Amino acid sequence: MTARNRELVGLVPASLLVTAGFAGVFIQRSNALSNVSLTYGAIFLGLCLVGHVVIRATLPYADPYMFPLVALLSSFGIVMIYRIDSTDARQQAQWFVLGLILFAATIVAFRDYRKLERYRYTIAVVSLFLLMLPRLPGLGDEVNGAYLAVHIPGVFEFQPTEFAKIGFVIFLASYLRDTRQVLVLGARRILGVTIPPIKHFGPVIVIWGLAMLILFALHDVGSSLMFYGALLSILYVATSRVSFVIVGLLAFGLGAWYIGAHVPHIDARVQEWLHPLSRKLYYGSGGVSSYQQANALFAQAAGGMFGQGFGQATLTIPGTSAPLLPAPSTDMIYAVITDELGLFGAAAVLITYLMLIARGFKTAVLARDSFSTLLAVGLSSVLALQVFVIVGGVTRVIPLTGVTLPFISYGGSSIIANLVLVALLLLVSDRARRPV
Amino acid sequence: MNAPIARVFALIIVLFALLLVWTSRWTVFDAQSLRDNPLNARTVIDEEKIDRGEILADDGTVLARSVKGPDHTFTRTYPTGSLFSQAIGYSKVKTGQQAGLELSDGQYLRGVQTGLSAIVGQLGGGTQVGDTVDTTLDPKAQALARQLLTGRAGSVVAIVPRTGAVKVMFSLPTYNDNHPTAAGPDISQLNGATQDADTPGSTFKIVTVTAALDSGKFTPTSDVNGDSPRIISGVPLENDSNQSWGLQTISTALTYSINTIFAQLAQDVGRATMTEYMKRFGFYSKPPLDYPPNELTPSEPHSLTTNKAYPPASPDEDIGRIGIGQGGLEVTPLQMAMVAAAVANGGKLMVPHLTDQVVNPDGQTIDTIKPTLYSRVMKPSTAHDVSQMMQNVVEEGTGKPAETLGISLAGKTGTASIGATGSNLTEPWFIGFAPATDPKIAIAVTIDRTDDGYGGTIAAPIAAEIMKLLLSELHG
Repeated sequence: MTARNRELVGLVPASLLVTAGFAGVFIQRSNALSNVSLTYGAIFLGLCLVGHVVIRATLPYADPYMFPLVALLSSFGIVMIYRIDSTDARQQAQWFVLGLILFAATIVAFRDYRKLERYRYTIAVVSLFLLMLPRLPGLGDEVNGAYLAVHIPGVFEFQPTEFAKIGFVIFLASYLRDTRQVLVLGARRILGVTIPPIKHFGPVIVIWGLAMLILFALHDVGSSLMFYGALLSILYVATSRVSFVIVGLLAFGLGAWYIGAHVPHIDARVQEWLHPLSRKLYYGSGGVSSYQQANALFAQAAGGMFGQGFGQATLTIPGTSAPLLPAPSTDMIYAVITDELGLFGAAAVLITYLMLIARGFKTAVLARDSFSTLLAVGLSSVLALQVFVIVGGVTRVIPLTGVTLPFISYGGSSIIANLVLVALLLLVSDRARRPV
Repeated sequence: MNAPIARVFALIIVLFALLLVWTSRWTVFDAQSLRDNPLNARTVIDEEKIDRGEILADDGTVLARSVKGPDHTFTRTYPTGSLFSQAIGYSKVKTGQQAGLELSDGQYLRGVQTGLSAIVGQLGGGTQVGDTVDTTLDPKAQALARQLLTGRAGSVVAIVPRTGAVKVMFSLPTYNDNHPTAAGPDISQLNGATQDADTPGSTFKIVTVTAALDSGKFTPTSDVNGDSPRIISGVPLENDSNQSWGLQTISTALTYSINTIFAQLAQDVGRATMTEYMKRFGFYSKPPLDYPPNELTPSEPHSLTTNKAYPPASPDEDIGRIGIGQGGLEVTPLQMAMVAAAVANGGKLMVPHLTDQVVNPDGQTIDTIKPTLYSRVMKPSTAHDVSQMMQNVVEEGTGKPAETLGISLAGKTGTASIGATGSNLTEPWFIGFAPATDPKIAIAVTIDRTDDGYGGTIAAPIAAEIMKLLLSELHG
């Protein structure tokens, strides 16, 4: 079977899931199975077929599993969002269509994605500008103390970090392709650890500065960690120098600790992380409120091993519209999944992500030039870390920050940016697997 | 560059493993403590989403049912209002308050399934529907008890001696379980039948005479001196109207409720034996009723100075006065109904119960409360003798006012003085069973406080009427 036929077959489970999922929601809502669920399934299958045809026409050798995995996650996301809020789901479906258009556009426009290297400084500057947009007066939108979105009332709202992450990965992959040889030269070994000359720490300092800027200006620990981790992994793969990673992590820890202590919002998030079940913090005191974190845990406890069943999670306080679990379709969607589908459902979602990420790293291994390798490593890492940051926040592994769960959470910027990210991965993969 | 790529991917696998470990921490390992956390509103909300089962009377009358509210929630309503409030209790999920059978039968009413059905239920979702609890309570007799008590404070408990099934449990003041938080002078959530322990007076002589006969120290025809006053524990004890009876048999002494004779009996039988028999009747511990433990009060003697309960067989207690139901003894109406039931059932005390059977939503009976022996209080021959004497009480003695209804009863009156010395405040009691020779129902009736009222004149007629109704119901 050719790669493309495997991809086509891979779309079947996604379509079945979306049909079954909508059927489940309808049964739960009205105790009646309407053929609308079949319609949704058919429309979704149609959309995915369009994506598949684009890939078939342009990238015949690309990885056959990535697109079905993305389709699976997105369809699951649509069903979850529909179950939480049906108008949001309609909106999300529109974003998904727009995302597929940009996905196709990316593939067509960057058939030779290596020309991106030519614009690397432009890309870096634009990304930095995007990142800082939320701080511009009149544009920024402060949500819970962090600056994550650009909001033009009545026109649109988007989260520039979602796009900036791709830009920075492209920049660093391209930059290190040129300089990685230099960074490895002239190193000395001290106590078994290879220490490069001090001047070669330049890139570490630059990405560290970027992470600190995000932390300081945007008050966003999660995004900062996501950017920094992904860029550090590119640096590590480019140079094979563990010392960069160790020094980098120490520097991040110190910087985060210092800034955290001086930015009240970050300190509040840490307090909520450490003491989510404190009565005082639960009811909120001095700008600290662990209500969301605590209810994320309560929701997961309610799910247990097998979950309460699809559509059964309590999201608002009955008889009112007061949220029991704030932001259920965005930040907290993992808690809703765990509540309804239990530990097993949550594990299935995490494993699906891991499979997608594995395909990304596989692409990095297969790539024949170092820019392609580093690009695939960076894109896969940033995706993995985004999942880790939000799921880690919901499960209290790390402090909670509002990034989206890629492909599943409600949000136009997220689904569009991540579809573009996958388009780039497929481009790299097609070149890597093309027979010589 | 392949080795570093593998290492980065390995690190990501470790990070995802962390996510899984933490997810299982909240969903499995710490789940119970999170569900029990008082901050967790889900516990209450989920409880509100349960369609609790109905509570039914023995004739199928609905005593409690769930009404659907907004957002798939349910609230409880009690169609019979205050008539069954104390027996049934209430369940107010929003404030986390529960009482009575609603609390003690909560597991049935919530329909907590175990094993395979729990897992299947969890996978399927949907509303959790509770089981129906059929009780032993008789609505007509309960209504009659309310009618007869109206205007007074008091309690009625009626038990089927052979099974322990509680047919009537009513007391005044009461409350309306549809509005459990309402307060007022005539409103009380205290269940008089199970929680309000008072001086039993002469009804306790049944326990004393049982100990005296069953221990073999006396027979119904033993003669004891009934002169008055008599020094008991260093203080003179008088009979009613300070009447001196001379030598009388124990049987006659019970018929006329002669205090000085029973005080001597208790002293002669001794503290250890008296305590042993009291324990067999259920004293000194909470009654074994299927009811919330904190709504059950043990019946036991208390120090008159500190009002603290004496430990069993305490050397400080005045066993003579305890033998006539004074001396700081405080008992619940439920306990006294158990005393009557034990005698009625040939000396075998059955565990009292309100729950009869549990029926699941499919109509299958999943649990039936079988009659269970609590203790063998006395030999059948002793029970026969005691019940013979209790018949005499009704036919010739203090219980005569209960005789007029054309049913054969056995019983014992009590008139405890409860005010300061010289006041006329009394607490009238009557315990008994019917029909006297083949008992089908045992009862305890008490009126909290009357001005110079006697057990025979006030409590006995109430008991007789309720037993008459119950007997006609049992035959019908």
